This record gives sequence, structure tokens and C-alpha cells, in this order.
Amino acid sequence: MNLELQNIGHAYEDLRVLEGINLQIEEGQIVCIVGPSGCGKSTLLRLIGGLEVATEGKVLMGAEAPSESLNPLTYVFQDFALLPWRTVEENISLVLEDHPLSSSERQVIIDDVLARTNLSEFGHVFPRQLSGGMKQRVAIARALAVKPSVMLMDEPLSALDSQTRELLMEDLVALWGREKFTAVYVTHNLSEAVRLGHRIVVLSRRPGQICDVVDIDTPLDRRDSADPKLAAKVKELWQLLHDEAAAADRELADA
Amino acid sequence: MPKPLPKPKPVPYRGGGFNPRPLGIVGPIVFILLIGLWEVGSQTGIIRALILPAPSEAFGALKELVQSGFLWKHLSASLQRLAIGWTTGSIAGILVGLSIGLFSMARAGFVPVVSAMFPIPKIALLPLFIIWFGIGEGSKVATLFFGTFFPTVIATYSGVDNVDRSLIRMGQSFNLSWLSIVRKIVLPGALPAILSGCRISASIAIILLVAAEMIGAEFGVGAYILLAGNLMAMDQLIAGVALLSSMGLIVAFLIGKAERHLLRWRR
Repeated sequence: MNLELQNIGHAYEDLRVLEGINLQIEEGQIVCIVGPSGCGKSTLLRLIGGLEVATEGKVLMGAEAPSESLNPLTYVFQDFALLPWRTVEENISLVLEDHPLSSSERQVIIDDVLARTNLSEFGHVFPRQLSGGMKQRVAIARALAVKPSVMLMDEPLSALDSQTRELLMEDLVALWGREKFTAVYVTHNLSEAVRLGHRIVVLSRRPGQICDVVDIDTPLDRRDSADPKLAAKVKELWQLLHDEAAAADRELADA
Repeated sequence: MPKPLPKPKPVPYRGGGFNPRPLGIVGPIVFILLIGLWEVGSQTGIIRALILPAPSEAFGALKELVQSGFLWKHLSASLQRLAIGWTTGSIAGILVGLSIGLFSMARAGFVPVVSAMFPIPKIALLPLFIIWFGIGEGSKVATLFFGTFFPTVIATYSGVDNVDRSLIRMGQSFNLSWLSIVRKIVLPGALPAILSGCRISASIAIILLVAAEMIGAEFGVGAYILLAGNLMAMDQLIAGVALLSSMGLIVAFLIGKAERHLLRWRR
């Protein structure tokens, strides 16, 4: 499913956080949004998925979502947002229970997404028993269970250590290789963006505006952090961001 | 010539402490020791029987109570009041607390009322309750109801306030219905606070039970204690108090069991 952002602007009372965002999100692409902290990246993602309403402009869904999709716009959160009182299977079951599915149909979906995220043997475990990386895998499995048209990923790897992050990036690349899902991926980590994004949108500091869009043609499964072409991209992005990040860093939170 | 280096010393350990461990055996030992000292004091005459009867005498009074068959009469009267008053008060408290936690209107309306009524000693209202609900069971149950209602309301709505908002946002992002979010996210999230509210309200209920039974009750542990006090039968009074504290212990044990079962995901 395509998404189109038309002239999105957003303000909290007097504080302008986003201005004049126009963006096309193409079916089957991962669009990464990078920017200095506090530039409104996460706000933009909440606007895209309808968790907040933009004060200006609108988000349009390009086509009717395929009917098998239970929740066309599905989030993966930075803090995983798993219910601690439910086991892994029950956490996935949670998002299916409001749909007219028999319990055997539910179980089929749960088994399928657990298998796709290599979690099959962890179905009966509580979240507190899992490492951060495994928790995020559960959250990704939960998102897959509702057959999303667009995955909205809000810094999904930022709470993880760098080794786990590397492993999960490999998983995401493999997953995309099989399903070619559409995703909007917000991150402040440039190497993550370069590894996973077909298109990278660079936002300026507050109020966030698009200051550049960088396309990367190398297929996802052939990207390697040692690749000099990707390293050059990271450097290019960092040059775009450096001054913005430095200025954003010196801003007062309540100014 | 270079100065000889001082002899290396091991780094002293500075951590530890501030980490209470469960020592299950200590509690009962302290109990037995205290009661033993008390018994010895009574037997040797250091503690005069007029001031404080020996534990063995109180135990004798308890045995008499069992043999006369009145123990069950007193206990069943008290337990029935406790069960009805505490359950209805808790259920009503949880419902009102939930509505305060979920609806701004209920919060604006109820919170000032709760703050105004919670500190009133319910026992002071007993005469009023007697006029409203009659001298029989009604007024006693009403005392317990209001005594447990307010702390439960406060525990419940502060529990709802502390539910992780990101979990609620997650529920919304997956299009869960409002009822599903309340049932599957808000209520389980508030459950630890609700259960610790139950712990407090159960103790309050036992305190109020005795006070209510001291006014116009034929049977009940409170009535038994009052009668013993009027007759200066200190052994019976101590026996009655022991009954109360074992009721408290049993209730605490049961709630602990419920906590361990319902909150097993926390361990």
C-alpha cells in the first residue's frame, strides 16, 4: 500500500515541531527517517499511523488495504510494549482476539509468525525472561500477525546493545527478502538507516522539515557495513546532519 | 636507591547490606520466645495475674469457649459480617476507582468526595448507620462497607494512573476495542495496586468489625471481648484478642497466596 504525506505540519500549542512535510512512501520500500533528536521524527510516525492528528495537512492511504490485512498500519515500538502479564503467545494472541477468528485460526497465525521470527520454542515464556533483542523479535512477530500493509517502526533497535542490533538488522533484512513489506523506519542511527533504507529522509532540527532525500540502490541483502559505498553514504548523511545535530543539542527543552 | 614499594593490600569490600532476605524461621521463634517469657513471668509472679493473665489461662478460656460451642457462634457471626462488608465494599471501590481512572468526569466528581469522606472514622458514623440501616446486621455491614470502600477506591485509581501509557497506546495502535484495552491492559496493570489496597482494607475491616460489634451485637468476637472486659475477665479478653490477630494473620496469608497466584508474571 502506498502512503502519501501532504504538506504535514504539527504544533504542540505554540511549539512548532513539523513543517511542510511532503513525502511518498512506495509499496515494498523501507523509508528511513533520520534527524537530530527532538526534530519530530517520532511525532511524524505517530501522525502517519493515526495515533495523533496533524494540525496541518493530511496523510493519505494510496489504495484500499488488502482485505486480509487485520491492521494496515502497524507499529513496532522502541520500548517493545509487551504486556508483562502475558506470555509470548498470549501477547501475540492479544492483537488477534478482537478479530473474528476461531482459536485454531489464531493458533495457526501465532505458530506461523513465531516460526518466521525464530521464536517457536519461546511461546510459553514471559517477557521478563527474555533479552531485549528477543523482546523486540516478539514485538515484530506480533506486528506480522496482523498482516500489516505498512510497518511503522519507531527506533526499534535503539534500546538494544550494538551486537543485538546487528543480529536484528540481519533478521529484518532476511524478513524483507521474503515478504517485501513496506515500512517507515525512524532512527537516529545513520548506519542503521543506510543498512535498511531504500530511501532515507533527512529532517532538519525543530521545526522538522525535509532537508534531503537520499536513495540507496544497493539491494538490502548485499549491503555490508564494511562496504565503502555505504560508508560514503553515512558520511554524506552525517555532513548533512552535523550542524543541525550540534544546534539541536544546545536547545533548551522548554524553550 | 629506589624506595621499596609498600606491600600490596587487598581492596577492602564495601558492598553488601540493604538487601533484606527472607528468614522464615525467625518470626515464629520471636513469637514463641515472647509468649514463653510472658508465661514464665506469670508463673513466677513477676507479672501479677490481675494485671495480665498468663497465656496458659487465656488458652484455657479459649478451650472453654470451644467446649461450650460458642466459639463457632461468635466466629461465624463475625466472619459473615466481614465477608459481606469487605467484598461489597471492595467491589464497589474497584468499580468507582476504575471509573475515576478512566473518565475525567468521574475523576472531577468523585475525587473531592473521596478525599472528604476517607478520613472520617466510620465508627463515628455508626449511630447514623443504626438509624439508617437498623440496629441489626445492616448497620454493622454498612460500617465495614464504607470502611473498605474508600481505601479501595484510592488504591484502584492510583493503580490505573500508574499503568504504562505506552502499553495503552500499543493497544490503540492495534485497533483494540475500548473494552479490550480496559480488560486486558488497564485492569491487569492496576492489579498489583488493587491487591495491596485489599491488604490494607482487610485490616481496616477487622478493626471496624470489632468496633461495630461492641455496639448492640449478641454474637461476634467484638461482642465477646466487650463482655469479657465488662466482667473484668482478662483471660477471656486475651483469648478474644488472640482470635482477632489470628483472623488478621489468616487474611494476610490468603491475600499473599492470591498475590503470588495472580502476579506470578512478576517473579
